[in-house]
Amino acid sequence: MSQRVLLNATEINIILHRLACQLIENHNDFLDTVLIGIQPRGKFLANRLAEILTKEYKVKNLQLGHLDITFYRDDFRRSDKPLEANKTEINFVVEDKKVVFIDDVLYTGRSIRAALTAIQSFGRPTEIELLTLIDRRFSRHLPIQPDYRGRQVDAINNEKVKVHWKENEEEDTVYLINN
Amino acid sequence: MSELSVNHLLGIKYLKEEDIELIFKTADHFKEVINRPIKKVPSLRDITIANLFFENSTRTKLSFELAEKRLSADVINFSAGQSSVKKGETLIDTVNNILSMKVDMVVMRHPNPGAGVFLSKHVDAAIVNAGDGAHEHPTQALLDSYSIRERLGSVKGKNVVIVGDILHSRVALSNIFALKLQGANVMVCGPKTLLPKHIDKLGVKVETNLRKALNWCDVANMLRVQNERMDISYFPSTREYTQQFGVNKDLLDSLDKEIIIMHPGPINRGVEITSDVADSKQAIILDQVQNGVAVRMAVIYLLASKIKN
Repeated sequence: MSQRVLLNATEINIILHRLACQLIENHNDFLDTVLIGIQPRGKFLANRLAEILTKEYKVKNLQLGHLDITFYRDDFRRSDKPLEANKTEINFVVEDKKVVFIDDVLYTGRSIRAALTAIQSFGRPTEIELLTLIDRRFSRHLPIQPDYRGRQVDAINNEKVKVHWKENEEEDTVYLINN
Repeated sequence: MSELSVNHLLGIKYLKEEDIELIFKTADHFKEVINRPIKKVPSLRDITIANLFFENSTRTKLSFELAEKRLSADVINFSAGQSSVKKGETLIDTVNNILSMKVDMVVMRHPNPGAGVFLSKHVDAAIVNAGDGAHEHPTQALLDSYSIRERLGSVKGKNVVIVGDILHSRVALSNIFALKLQGANVMVCGPKTLLPKHIDKLGVKVETNLRKALNWCDVANMLRVQNERMDISYFPSTREYTQQFGVNKDLLDSLDKEIIIMHPGPINRGVEITSDVADSKQAIILDQVQNGVAVRMAVIYLLASKIKN
């Protein structure tokens, strides 16, 4: 197994600020917009973006939630290892809101497919956008594309992209791992 | 651990402590799900579950059915009263007929102890015991412990007294197993005639004085007086039972501390507990009912995840 660094902490920081600015461009004061981090790994990115938006760009009343998609996945009883659920924390309804899904890596698109179903349990959003730090293009199983992307990566099948966050792995780094 | 150690839920006796932890962790997620505007997840959309009730039940059957539907399973219901069982069909024949309709899981209540174990050895489906005679009622014990954990933070080290008809109660036996497994101290309290001989061999304290029992405990689980199971007179009169083993507000208020009152339902108001106790904030009877759906969803989900596609 070998691994190389795709993005270091400085590069990630620049990308996060760009993504935050792009969100502001499209959503202004975020009055009708909610950010939803996809559990488990999208949570870190969503928290980080929310922090930049509120602290550095002074966005007020930003609504942030975390959505777990385990019970909506299409591989229940089909994968070798059992699925483990995470916590859903959405303390608002998304009816008539613009929802931005936030996940670290977009690969097959199946998680986002599940998230699209799951979010309907919290109301009918007016629109849903997708923000992802890493977009593994050419790996999609479904017709799903991001609206905001940090970096596009052409990884082949036995390669894996792993995003490390300071909060969890004590460093901000994106690795390309070759198995 | 992310998988149950068993393929069926036949009784608490067959579970490990980690199984209970996993069920509770999963139930936490489902409790959040059933409080959403849309209370349903699609996980079990390709699973069919048969609810076979060879004995009357209202809340357990409703609770299971709701749990199954919240998970998007297809559900068929069967009650012995309206079936060929009355025409003399055997249990295996009845179940195999139902299974030939491609059923993946069976939730069964049966008057005979061990019916679930017997079935699990003869048919190819995941079995959930929803009460077998006076033997076990595992999901009730799980939701009871879950409710204690929710209110008190954990079950470990807590003093729990089970009051009433221990002799005829599957709820009592499953609760004793579940509570002991999680490290609680358990006491049973009731008239001597309704306490099984050698019950202390299960590692529980035995008490016949209700006031002493209540002063000792953090939680009192009040069982229903099961008149329908009593073939002989176990106590002189209901009135006398109530005087000695019924809980009323005065008794509760005279205790040193505030204890939690549980009841598996249906309540005989004025017999085991008075109305003001049942409706007081110390009673978590309706929490138990809500938790019952979440816990049963967890059990069904975890068992279904072991049925390979």
